[in-house]
Amino acid sequence: MSGIFCSLRQLSVTYGRGVAAALDGIDLDIVAGERLAIIGESGSGKSTLARALAGLLPEGARVGGEMLWPGLGHAPRPGRDFGVVFQDPGSSLNPVLTIGEQVAEGARRHLGLSWKQAYVRAEELLGRVRIPQPDRTMRAFPHQLSGGQRQRVAIAAAIAARPALLIADEATSALDVVVQAEMVRLLDGLVREDGMTLLFITHDIALASGFVDRIAVFRNARLVEAGPVRSVLSAPKSDYTAALIASHRDLATPPLIAEVQP
Amino acid sequence: MNWLRRLLRTPEGAAGLAILLILLLAGLLAPVVSPGDPLRIAGRALLAPFTDPAFPLGTDRLGRDVLAGLLYGARTSLAVGLAAAFSAMVLGLCVGMVAGFAGGLIDEALMRVVDAFQIVPAFLLALAVVSTIGVSTPIIVLAIALGTWADPARLTRAQVLAIREQDYVASARVIGMHPAEIAFREILPNALPPVLALSATIVAGAVLTEAALSFLGLGNPNIATWGSMIAEGRSVLRSASYLSIIPGAALAVTVLGVHLFSEGLGKALGDNDVGAA
Amino acid sequence: MKRAIILLRRRAISSIPVLLIVVIFTFFLLESASGDAVDAYLGSIGGGDAALRQSLRESYGLDQSMFARLWLYLSSLARFDLGWSVAFNRPVGVLITERLPNTLLLMGSATALSFGIGSALGILAGARPGSVRDRMLSIGSLIVYAIPSFWLGLVLSIVFSVKLRWFPIAGVETIASGKTGFARALDIADHLVLPVGALALIYLALFLRVMRSGMAEAWKLDFVLFARAKGLSRSRIVLRHVARNALLPLVTMLGLQSAAMLGGSVVIESVFAIPGFGRLAQEAVNGRDAPLLMGIVVTSAVLVISVNFLVDLVYAALDPRIGASEGGV
Repeated sequence: MSGIFCSLRQLSVTYGRGVAAALDGIDLDIVAGERLAIIGESGSGKSTLARALAGLLPEGARVGGEMLWPGLGHAPRPGRDFGVVFQDPGSSLNPVLTIGEQVAEGARRHLGLSWKQAYVRAEELLGRVRIPQPDRTMRAFPHQLSGGQRQRVAIAAAIAARPALLIADEATSALDVVVQAEMVRLLDGLVREDGMTLLFITHDIALASGFVDRIAVFRNARLVEAGPVRSVLSAPKSDYTAALIASHRDLATPPLIAEVQP
Repeated sequence: MNWLRRLLRTPEGAAGLAILLILLLAGLLAPVVSPGDPLRIAGRALLAPFTDPAFPLGTDRLGRDVLAGLLYGARTSLAVGLAAAFSAMVLGLCVGMVAGFAGGLIDEALMRVVDAFQIVPAFLLALAVVSTIGVSTPIIVLAIALGTWADPARLTRAQVLAIREQDYVASARVIGMHPAEIAFREILPNALPPVLALSATIVAGAVLTEAALSFLGLGNPNIATWGSMIAEGRSVLRSASYLSIIPGAALAVTVLGVHLFSEGLGKALGDNDVGAA
Repeated sequence: MKRAIILLRRRAISSIPVLLIVVIFTFFLLESASGDAVDAYLGSIGGGDAALRQSLRESYGLDQSMFARLWLYLSSLARFDLGWSVAFNRPVGVLITERLPNTLLLMGSATALSFGIGSALGILAGARPGSVRDRMLSIGSLIVYAIPSFWLGLVLSIVFSVKLRWFPIAGVETIASGKTGFARALDIADHLVLPVGALALIYLALFLRVMRSGMAEAWKLDFVLFARAKGLSRSRIVLRHVARNALLPLVTMLGLQSAAMLGGSVVIESVFAIPGFGRLAQEAVNGRDAPLLMGIVVTSAVLVISVNFLVDLVYAALDPRIGASEGGV
């Protein structure tokens, strides 16, 4: 629980056709083993950050600045060093392959396991993400599961090769509110058990603040402020952060998440 | 004209348009370059190409000018191809619209008919029609159209069914627009584009079907067609293979031109990766 | 397996109205011909007097009213009796049964070859859309697809039969060779190389394009991004994720093309003088043999329906989203 896992120095990203930067001069450190929330609204650059870290930017994107990985000592390898969970549980999984295969393939590729061993590990992982009847689910297909279940499977697949970093890019945003709470609890538990670093990207400051250690607020491609959750929430340095906080209620009771629409 | 400029900027569109224009020119200028009936005996038989300046592409078994046949054949191919495709599209659109709108029993019945026409191989159907009714050009156009109208019909109906549920149609109904008016002003313009995208495939298919029919001896015997030229060349395949090769190459180039044009058009009108022919 | 049989029964029942429409339409089409099989027959034997014409008509039942004949035909069809061919003087069913295997062999081989090679090349092209390899394969396939199959057949026979003398120029086997068993199979294969090649090349181009386009679309899907984020090997992503999904539209295309391929057999069999089903259609046309032509059209329809059914089964096997899920969670 020490040391910097990843350090961003003046990171900038501009997409091929765009004139305006998607990320502009970001200076941010990710501490090893921490849970860091990236908060921002649409267009803030938070998803671009996830893509940039994962090396999944589209062709033609120009990257400026540096991404240093002192925690690894080398450039991060997808699957092995980090895992990513995306927003839409429906489309992250390949509809024609079984759940078991899609969870096992990462383990097989990076951990040197045979298919048989990888399948055993996959079933264990399904159990860990609390999928009911993991043995039957192994042979099932994505369309047979609910959205929440699919997202759990995606998490299992993402951590199959025991990466050190898990990036959750709006992983809960497409789920029902109650399911969101469960998912957050699950992520929190997994990350603690395995000692992973978690990057939790969301627009929902209330949801994130319930369980993370630090939050970083993004706006219009810039990092507005970053710091421990309590300090940022109680004494936001910027008006924007204050506005974000003010537009939510019930921040005081983690991990209870209740969004009451008028 | 904006789309024309965009079309020309794609290599496929430019090449396709060029080929089609050359063909159009060839057909139009046929009586100028090679005056007279192309099926008349013009000179010595079996003259090889590039030997006699009067007959640049040589002559066939009976002494007919190959170049004349090629140019007049272009007329036939283009005319029949376009006419058949047009008829197929119009018929398909009408049936598809009616089926999509009427729904219920009429829709079911029409779809069974569409099924029937899709199940019988188009060429077999064309063969049957031409052999029973006659080998005049309008009948050939009809025969080809009968084999190909089913796909546009099905596509149109699918489009109509999808668009019917859209919000802008619902609002038109709410303000009291007459159903027929809704059909023509709201639905048809939006149903058209994917169906039109199909038209290039149909034109290409029609050109090939006409050629195949003439090859088998079921084309119009009174006009020059590339298919019949290829068939004529079969009897002298060993000694004068150019007689079959030249018109076939012209066919391939024509079809290629149509496909290239449609790919270019697809790109120009917005969607990348139009995909398969 | 049981599900397949249920589907088969359902498909067979729903096909009956369609087949009925096919039969009725074809019947009325052939009715509109001026002159029938008897006229053609008399024409071929140099004419005959009215009495002969009348007696022939009676014996073939051609003197009855149109609707009576239609009813007669439909009822015999229900008993799987396809009638009597005037031109050949044999039962239609027997003629078709004799000729069909050659065509099926031709079509089957061409389809298998073109599907196999075409999809493989399509995967190569679609593995890196926009690459040089992709552009070359795309342009190449576009050019090949534009070639008329009968012309390609002729060109191939010019090059390989006439000039190089590698393969025989016509027929499906050496006549009266007395060969049996494996030697005969080789002889037939030798004869079929060029016609199968001509057909297969064209369809190869089509399947290449469909696979390639399917892959180009599949690359854009989210699960491919997820697979990349998992750090899977490139070959696994290309084959197991992208191509596996692109296979679906390809199988659909196979079904859609089956009717066209059957129609195409007519010209190819004409070019290579293969005594097959397609050639029979041409002979029926020349002989104005309505019963034979009817039988051919009906058989084609049944064949296409069957192929479509098989293709649907394959598609259902490949796409788990189709049909009821067994053992769901």
